[in-house]
Amino acid sequence: MRFNKETDFVHLSKYFFIFSIVITIVGAICMAAFGLNYSVDFKAGSNVDISFSKNVSAEQIRPVIDKLGIGKEPEITHGELRTNIRYEAILDSTQDSQLKEAILKLDDKASFEVNTVDTQMAKELARNAVYAVLISCIGIIIYVSIRFEWRFAVAAIVALMHDAFVVVAIFSIFRLEVDLTFIIAILTIIGYSINDTIVIFDRIRENLRFGKQRTYEDLKLLVNRSVSQTLMRSLYTAFTVFIAAFFLLILGGESIKMFSLAMVIGLLFGAYSSIFIASPLWLLLKKRQKVSVKAK
Amino acid sequence: MKRLVSFIVTVAVLLGVMVFTTPGLLDKVRLGLDLKGGFEILYHAEPMEKGQDLSPASLQKTAESLEKRANAIGTTEPEVTTEGTDRIRMKIPGVNNEAEVRKKMKEPAVLTFRSTAPGDEAGSYSKVELLGSDFVENAAEVGQDNLNQPVISIKIKDKDKFAEITKRLLGQNLAIYLDEVKLSDPVVRAELTDGSASISGNYSVEEARALADTINLGALPLKLTEMYSQSVGATLGMKSLEQTVRAGLVGSLIILIFMIGMYRLPGVLASFALILHTWLLILVFVIADFTLTLPGIAAFILGIGMAVDANIITNERIREEMRSGKSILSSVKAGSKSSFRTVMDANVTTIIVAAVMFAFGTGAVKGFALVLIVEIVLSIATNLYFSRWLLNLLVRAGTLSKPKQFGVKESEIRAL
Repeated sequence: MRFNKETDFVHLSKYFFIFSIVITIVGAICMAAFGLNYSVDFKAGSNVDISFSKNVSAEQIRPVIDKLGIGKEPEITHGELRTNIRYEAILDSTQDSQLKEAILKLDDKASFEVNTVDTQMAKELARNAVYAVLISCIGIIIYVSIRFEWRFAVAAIVALMHDAFVVVAIFSIFRLEVDLTFIIAILTIIGYSINDTIVIFDRIRENLRFGKQRTYEDLKLLVNRSVSQTLMRSLYTAFTVFIAAFFLLILGGESIKMFSLAMVIGLLFGAYSSIFIASPLWLLLKKRQKVSVKAK
Repeated sequence: MKRLVSFIVTVAVLLGVMVFTTPGLLDKVRLGLDLKGGFEILYHAEPMEKGQDLSPASLQKTAESLEKRANAIGTTEPEVTTEGTDRIRMKIPGVNNEAEVRKKMKEPAVLTFRSTAPGDEAGSYSKVELLGSDFVENAAEVGQDNLNQPVISIKIKDKDKFAEITKRLLGQNLAIYLDEVKLSDPVVRAELTDGSASISGNYSVEEARALADTINLGALPLKLTEMYSQSVGATLGMKSLEQTVRAGLVGSLIILIFMIGMYRLPGVLASFALILHTWLLILVFVIADFTLTLPGIAAFILGIGMAVDANIITNERIREEMRSGKSILSSVKAGSKSSFRTVMDANVTTIIVAAVMFAFGTGAVKGFALVLIVEIVLSIATNLYFSRWLLNLLVRAGTLSKPKQFGVKESEIRAL
């Protein structure tokens, strides 16, 4: 499969710009209205994951937990051979063992994962997550600005912020749980989705050296050509990482499910944005430069 | 011919080494608690009394006594480390009676001798005279008084201080508290100058023994509160490990098949480099004694997907050069050269983010970031340099001389 024909990516990107802007707005509204479904990592409290060796129904579990009367109305999510109980209160070790004992009466081979985070720690984790995202972005801007030029850096940052934001928005819309591994996924997406963008930018930079681009049309042609020259590479590299993330999602351990899901979504949007957002955006920025030069 | 031989020897030797050492290496990888079960607690440490300083030395001391305690309880390989200026992280693998261990770790936190302060109700004491850290470690003993009642004798480090207190409180009560529980409140009958005191009360011998043990476990110089805890059942950890490793194997296999199907011989070389890269990663983990956590394995697997990027970028570039009509040798040369910069740029940005993650993250995040960084560095070595070197050997040896071997059809090649 090769793209010999000169597909007009720049032209197509107009529609994709609209698509991305709509997603961003919907996501922003959703975030403002419902926020995110934070796990105990960022909200403080206790999270108990129970994996059963046999089928234990929700009806069996509910009364047992109600009877213990720990915390205010814990949130119980029941899955096949797996139950998750979330307390807003912080379980102390006595309550923790009471709970375990009670559950072990239902299934003596049940296995537990309990996470408890206190308020101060939760705040700190959330703050560090925000810092990490910001500093990563600054780092990338600086690096790309040094290696390329600032226009590439701006376009790249917009594209990767877009990728990260779309993942956050989707998690908000579908009320998926945001835990620490989610932040890892977002950061990894930021670090990785730029790879595809860089491959294309590298090609644009290389092609810029051949001949002079006098008009906007010349530049547009150059971007289109650069994108189609690197398209298969971008798709293949995105594909291999996608395969890794996809199998982690469907076969991997339960506690990294949300991580894998975020990665899968992020990788898809990463590939999309480097083709349809980053390069056309660079062109837009470059166009302005041309205009201002002419104005003089 | 010479090149072909060195190619074959290199590949054969590496394959041999990998096949021979991998099982042993895998056994030696240290697994995190989320994979083998156990619990981890992050404590926040505070001075026993408000206004006191929290010195690095006292933090260290507290960590040491926690470790001593964990050992005394009979847990295997407890790991206690200080973090920052006021934190202690404790990891204890494979514990069945977690609640008990957790209680024990904190239990003897505050052993105090107290006297009545103005405003105290009868029978309650709030003025702290002596702290747990004032007692001699491991000096608590159980004896019997003349009525055959068990008595716990303890020793105080500073004899003069104790003498002063007993002198001042002569005829008054000096109560003994363990945390907020009053153990006894004997009346000071004499000035005690030898620095020893005894606790008596209505204890059974077992109770007295337990109390002495608790005191002996070492009074913690600092007060600890749990900030964060994670406990994973051993079966659950094992299951996560199996599932995730299986996911990784399936994913990697498909990636390898894709590479070979897409790039033919160079794809085989890339696959070999990828396997070498994975083996090296495990080797680094064993040698550096890093702990592998679940997010770490996830990074491992994602990294395999990312590592082939270098090969895809290089090989696509080589094919492109070929299609433009260049000879195989010059295509490989030009393709490798011009893709090098791209690969480096792409990897550096990922390293930047991983480094930030490592700096800001705790626990699992650090583990993930560490794997990612090591992986990228190794990937540059194997998937960029090593696989290119192998490719060059084959091309120069004349073994790789047809475009078909690169997955390029003759018809796609433009005539010059």
